[in-house]
Amino acid sequence: MTVPLGAYIAVSAVLFFTGCAGVLVRRNAVVILMCVELMLNAANLALVAFSRKYGSIDERGSVFVVFVFVIAAAEVAVGLGIILSAYRNRPVINVDEIHQMKG
Amino acid sequence: MISLVWLIPAFPLAAFLISGLFGRRWLGHLTGLVATIAVGLSALLSIGVFLEVLGGKTQTVVQLYRWIAVGDFSINVSALIDPLSSVMLLVVTVVSFLIFVYSNGYMEHDAGFYRFFAWLSLFVFAMLILVMADNYLLMFVGWEGVGLCSYLLIGYWFERPAPYYAAKKAFVMNRIGDWGYTIGIITIFLVFGSMNFLDVFKRLEESAPAQATLTLICVALFFGATGKSAQLPLYSWLPDAMEGPTPVSALIHAATMVTSGVYLVARSMPLFEVAGPSLQVVGVVGAITAIFAATIALVQFDIKRVMAYSTVSQLGYMFLALGVGAPVAAMFHLATHAFFKALLFLGSGSVIHGLGGEQDMRKMGGLRRKMPVTFWTMLIAGGALAALPPLAGFWSKDEILGAAFVNGHVVLYAIGIITAVLTAFYVTRALWMTFYGEPRDHHLYDHAHESPRVMTLPLIALAAGSAVLGIVVGFPPEQGSVHSFLAPVVEAAGLAEHIPELATIVALALVSVAAGVIGIAFGVSMYVRHRPDSAALTRAAGPVYRVLVSKYYIDELYDHRFVEAARAFAGASWAFDIHIIDGLANRLGWVLAMGGQGLRRVQTGIVGNYALTIVAGLLLMLVAYGGYATGILGR
Repeated sequence: MTVPLGAYIAVSAVLFFTGCAGVLVRRNAVVILMCVELMLNAANLALVAFSRKYGSIDERGSVFVVFVFVIAAAEVAVGLGIILSAYRNRPVINVDEIHQMKG
Repeated sequence: MISLVWLIPAFPLAAFLISGLFGRRWLGHLTGLVATIAVGLSALLSIGVFLEVLGGKTQTVVQLYRWIAVGDFSINVSALIDPLSSVMLLVVTVVSFLIFVYSNGYMEHDAGFYRFFAWLSLFVFAMLILVMADNYLLMFVGWEGVGLCSYLLIGYWFERPAPYYAAKKAFVMNRIGDWGYTIGIITIFLVFGSMNFLDVFKRLEESAPAQATLTLICVALFFGATGKSAQLPLYSWLPDAMEGPTPVSALIHAATMVTSGVYLVARSMPLFEVAGPSLQVVGVVGAITAIFAATIALVQFDIKRVMAYSTVSQLGYMFLALGVGAPVAAMFHLATHAFFKALLFLGSGSVIHGLGGEQDMRKMGGLRRKMPVTFWTMLIAGGALAALPPLAGFWSKDEILGAAFVNGHVVLYAIGIITAVLTAFYVTRALWMTFYGEPRDHHLYDHAHESPRVMTLPLIALAAGSAVLGIVVGFPPEQGSVHSFLAPVVEAAGLAEHIPELATIVALALVSVAAGVIGIAFGVSMYVRHRPDSAALTRAAGPVYRVLVSKYYIDELYDHRFVEAARAFAGASWAFDIHIIDGLANRLGWVLAMGGQGLRRVQTGIVGNYALTIVAGLLLMLVAYGGYATGILGR
């Protein structure tokens, strides 16, 4: 049984907009970071699905997924670093209250 | 020697630069010495040039460099040395030298010593440029230069308000006159295609332009002359200019700068001669100014103001002479007047110096015992001004009046004679109030002292000039050496010199002398024997006296008519500038600032808002893409 492409894309879209909504709505920096991960993985899912469907020779599209993993890892490392140093400065992780650097 | 003529103005210019640049820090009182030596060298050179012109070089053009060259129009910086300019050079440099010597004493205690000599040197430089110029444009450079220096030196004591206002007034009135000069030289350029004196006069003979144009040129030039030479209607700055230091009054406002209008008209005589009624205008304005200023001088109490009005009056005589077609007499009177009026001013300065700054003649009196040198020299100058023979003023004034009579201008002659009576009276009055009678302010009298040698020696030198200059160059009347020397001026203008018969000459001279004696006798009788008593006469004259003391209310009239109108216009312009011009710029700035304030609120600093904006933008793009892709939004 072959799952149709539309189903993959639907799941991907749901994941993406869940993440997007989380980024917009939540105030907790860690949660926001997690939601960004969700969005990235939604994109990954879409990439893999398209790669399977149309990449008849060697599924080159999947390579991008590896790139996204790397970028996501780097992003998490930097993001958590920022959050930690901000937390050390002031014990708050609510992004709206971190505004010392506002011009 | 003539080829070195450019050194004459170079010395004062160098003195100006040296004292201006180094005077304050390093030279101090040496600036006076430097400037005096520089002007002395100029005077020596001028004497040399004069002698060479006397020896027969009647017209030399010394070019320094080409200044403007456009097409076939060119203006050179070059000097025209002929009898007219050499006389002016001689008078200007010699009188300047004596006044520079005097200033070393007079200004000794002044804090701005170096500044004074810097500006005075600059003045001499500008005056020499004016005199030497061979074209109207270069002359205008000197003309403006002397005006600037006059402004600077009248306002020399600018910490006080009166000199500052006087300087401003002088400058503005001179500018009004300069407007006339500018119109004149522009018209000359348009008509003749040149501004060079010799070219203009040559083309005048060849082309004979329309009378109306020539009259416009001459009246415009004469208007410029009235500003510089303090004639009606632009005379009223000169009495106020007495706020400057006395040597400045003597040099600029008696001997040299104020005569430049006379020089301009004498220089342009060929134009004036053919330009219909313009010479009459010159003569009538001169005569009216002469008598007008003399009447004001009758009732002034400030010794320098008496001399100032006297200067206006004597300049009127010079224009009267030009107007009746006697430029030689005008130049002759210019030269003698430079000596005796400079002497009168320097003498007044010596009195003021000796009294510690007092200028009111009502507080003087009896000073002849305290200041013998000043007294005797001023007596000679006063005699020259009152035209007593054989002093200098007699010969020159007699020539003017004689020329007026012989050339048929009887009314002008009569005005001249009446003015001569008034002149003799006011000079008698001034000298009497200063030097004779009982001291009226004993405190001042007790502290009065004769001036130092450095001030009295120039007085003596000028007194010698005032005494003998007239008889040396002016005898016999109408045929003296001044006539043969300045003959080219008369020839260039195409004037015929009327040489009257001996009997006429003697009769005219007797009338002149009688006029002087009547004036003096009246003055002496009034102040020695109190018959008529001056106070009683003042009361009897009543309104006339008030009008004279108030100087005919001319200043008030000008204030009402012109100054206030100008102020109102300036106020309106100011309001326009502030409200419309500045207002526009300020409003624009305000709008932009407000816009910025509004837009600033978009930058909330809340990350969520930014993220929302990004997502909203993304959605908008997707919707638009979808719309285009499906053809809903069209192409």
